[in-house]
Amino acid sequence: MRIELNVNGTVHDIEVEPRTTLLDCLRDLLDLKGAHAGCEHGVCGACTVLFDGVAVRSCLMFAAQAAGTPITTIEGVTPSPGELSPIQDAFCETHGMQCGYCTPAMILVAHALLADNPEPTREEIVDAISGNICRCTGYAQIVEAIALAAERMRGANRPSELRK
Amino acid sequence: MSAHGRHRYVSSDRRVREDRRFVAGKGQFVADLDLPNMRHVALVTCPHAAARIKSIDKSAALAMPGVHYVLDGRELAAATLPLMTGLDTPNVPRRPLAVDVARYSGEWVAAVVADTRALAEDAAEAIEIDYEALPFVLDAEEALAGGVLVHEAHGSNVLLDKTFVWGEVEKDFAASLKKLSLRVKWARSSTVPIETFGVVASWDPWRDMLDVYASIQMPRYADQISITLKIPVTSVRVHHDVDVGGSYGVKRGIKHTVLTGYLARRLGFPVRLIEDRLENMRGGDAHGPERLFDVDVAFDDNGIIRSMKMRALENVGAYAGRSPFQLGKPIGAIVGPYKIKSVQYRAIAVVTNKTTQEAVRGFGQGPTNLALERTMDEVANVLGLDPLEIRRRNMIRHEEFPYTIPSGTTYDSGDYHTVIDKVLIHAGYEELKAERDLLRAEGKLAGIGIAACLEPSGGNATFEALLNPAITTSTFMDSCRINVDGMGSITATMHTTSAGQGHETLLGTVIGEVLQVDPELVRVTRPDSLNSLPSGTPVGSRMAIMLGGAAFHAAHKLKAKLTAIAAHDLSIPLERAVYEQGNVHDRNALQNKRSWVDLVQIAFRNYHRMPAGMEPGLGVEHVYQVPTGGGLPTADGRVQMYPCFSFEFHLLLLSIDPDLGTPEIVRYMLGHDCGTQINPKIVRGMTMGGIAHGIGAALFEEFAYNDDGQLIAQTFMDYLLPSSHEVPAVDIIDHETPSPHTVLGQKGSGESGYLGAPAAIANAINDALRPLGISINTLPLKVSKLGDLIAEARAEKGN
Repeated sequence: MRIELNVNGTVHDIEVEPRTTLLDCLRDLLDLKGAHAGCEHGVCGACTVLFDGVAVRSCLMFAAQAAGTPITTIEGVTPSPGELSPIQDAFCETHGMQCGYCTPAMILVAHALLADNPEPTREEIVDAISGNICRCTGYAQIVEAIALAAERMRGANRPSELRK
Repeated sequence: MSAHGRHRYVSSDRRVREDRRFVAGKGQFVADLDLPNMRHVALVTCPHAAARIKSIDKSAALAMPGVHYVLDGRELAAATLPLMTGLDTPNVPRRPLAVDVARYSGEWVAAVVADTRALAEDAAEAIEIDYEALPFVLDAEEALAGGVLVHEAHGSNVLLDKTFVWGEVEKDFAASLKKLSLRVKWARSSTVPIETFGVVASWDPWRDMLDVYASIQMPRYADQISITLKIPVTSVRVHHDVDVGGSYGVKRGIKHTVLTGYLARRLGFPVRLIEDRLENMRGGDAHGPERLFDVDVAFDDNGIIRSMKMRALENVGAYAGRSPFQLGKPIGAIVGPYKIKSVQYRAIAVVTNKTTQEAVRGFGQGPTNLALERTMDEVANVLGLDPLEIRRRNMIRHEEFPYTIPSGTTYDSGDYHTVIDKVLIHAGYEELKAERDLLRAEGKLAGIGIAACLEPSGGNATFEALLNPAITTSTFMDSCRINVDGMGSITATMHTTSAGQGHETLLGTVIGEVLQVDPELVRVTRPDSLNSLPSGTPVGSRMAIMLGGAAFHAAHKLKAKLTAIAAHDLSIPLERAVYEQGNVHDRNALQNKRSWVDLVQIAFRNYHRMPAGMEPGLGVEHVYQVPTGGGLPTADGRVQMYPCFSFEFHLLLLSIDPDLGTPEIVRYMLGHDCGTQINPKIVRGMTMGGIAHGIGAALFEEFAYNDDGQLIAQTFMDYLLPSSHEVPAVDIIDHETPSPHTVLGQKGSGESGYLGAPAAIANAINDALRPLGISINTLPLKVSKLGDLIAEARAEKGN
């Protein structure tokens, strides 16, 4: 079937099988490899993308179901080649990853969280990422990355003398 | 600056260079590769715990559109050799696809190749296999007793049964007033990376070349592919620039690779096999140890443990890879951090009709540490001593290093009592006990858990020779090549894949340190296997020691060459030439110097200015041997396996809801000493990640089987991985006792979180349950099990 998929601000007119998941469609048809398959049954969260700004599991959704709704992948939050968003940079600063496999999903979840809540508590951050499994880090440096990003983003538009 | 006070980059809080690509989703994982004309594999698996394969009907599958091939075990076995094993067990052959008999539920029986993975899965369902179910055995003790044989031709289910006696065990037992016996069980779990195993193979018949891209972490990978596929190893090119999405030991997909490599050669196009989660959990052969311990200790009234007997029975599953060797590594630290004078150790490995095991983080040390640390607590309990006190009394003291344990290993360095003191000061041990008692007063079950552990790191693989005398391997090398090019830029190489350990950062940091140049200026590349020097791969907590050591020595060779060129060009004796930040000057006349640019100019373009006989160019390499060398075991089974021993001390407070059985870690503190930390961000991440794994093994994770031999935890809804809710904040208290053996004082740091956490949690739970008169020594302690135990105990007590 033919669908129109709006991914990272670009509308793609593509032919998919009805059974093609959004994850497979992004990876195989649109060559967006940043979303990763982990469990393919909706538990690990490695395939997370933003669906109209909300973090969802692209392995549990058919591509056809996503037609017409704006989708954001990790490729869509990277400002330009070689340049990092404040959240991506904060993950680098705290080393909020090891193998990098769950990382794009974690960053997208952080984007969704901070868009709604610029000053999350530790508990709110822990809660936001609790649907995303990381086997490498034990989460501590991920939580710190999101807190650091939040702090920097809050400070970004303040006069410099008022920044922390 | 580190405690050495002389490092520029080592131990400083620097970023990890690999992270930039990962945060952008630009890691290069195996599933991200799209080779032209590539086809996809799906697997047909056996639904029985054991079965004879009577017939395989491929016709319906082959008739489906987009389907290219169906491979069965007989065809593959006729064309290949069995996979390499560690022990000499020729009648227990392990192959990628079952031949005539399948020996566990989920074992691969056939492989389908189709245009897409979805089509391959459709076709896999259309393959008709006629099975005759066979008797099976799941339990290790039943398997040991005989009865049902997993491999008829082997004549028993025992792969290994070896007893070591180090010291006067019987005499020490006879002379001790007190004895204690304990049975401890570590259930089957694994590290279960979020990326499953995957491999892409492509055969070029005009160049005789098999290109392999895989999410692999495995020593001698190319060798094994070559031997099994019966092609020269020079026709196998393993690409090391594939990012591995987590491994922690288990990414050893040799059977996947042999299968895929065979298909690529047979069919003439690239073939890809990426496990789905079910294939990974059931038939990926990546389960970890399942071990039963019987421990006897002899001790005196003061709690000084004189002697220990340990029997370890390992259920390795249906086939043996390297997994029985996981009974060998613990020998290198068999007494942990304690001064136990004599030890008897019996290591038994049996096959059963369960999934085949693979190496898991710690290579068997985690279960052994659980047995040891549970024993320490029980001794304390019997004597009415504080579990902290019993450990302090038995631990090796700082001034006693280097310390040789009964099994022949000499520990390098440590300051255990100081690490413990630092943790206690941080925690406030008395306050922690008061907090526990307060929780108890509130009606909770609450306990304090303590566990120490050692992390043997950087070893020479002599546990192989110890368990199989036919093996004479006494080295486990790593290597680094550094080239300064004609433009003066520095490129360093490493010769294996990585799974998040930050090895590119390690190389940059160490080389930058030695050459006194910004580590970011050091480009790190990963040549393929045909262009590689030897690497033992990132197993056994070895890369900081071994790759770091190789890079350090290679950088010193480069420095020496630059210094010699400068001395010659300045016409001064070598000893007057001083290397500083890439330039070389005359000690006696600072203005007489040659810059980095000058030296590159000489080495690349002015041969007439080079010292006589010196090779032009600026390429150096170093192949590094384990710093304590390599000797084979003595006749009585003593050997130095590992050069370095990191130390951890875990202390936590845990409370259990008495009605639900839900455990909650209230506080967690950790003392950690891995010598010099080359990159503190990496070390902290490894430590925290290890603890998270340990929490999983202690409380949640189990590859559980039902009585029919079916794996019942085969998705992430049944096999529970700790989320951010289950992993508490941990206060890590660092201490630094450098190793005298390593180039920067570093030791390994990839495992100890995992080695200590399960024991500490088990001890906390036992402390919490003690008022109910319950003791439990079987992991994992799942909520359901805890809830039932508590309810039973309370019913008996009438409350």
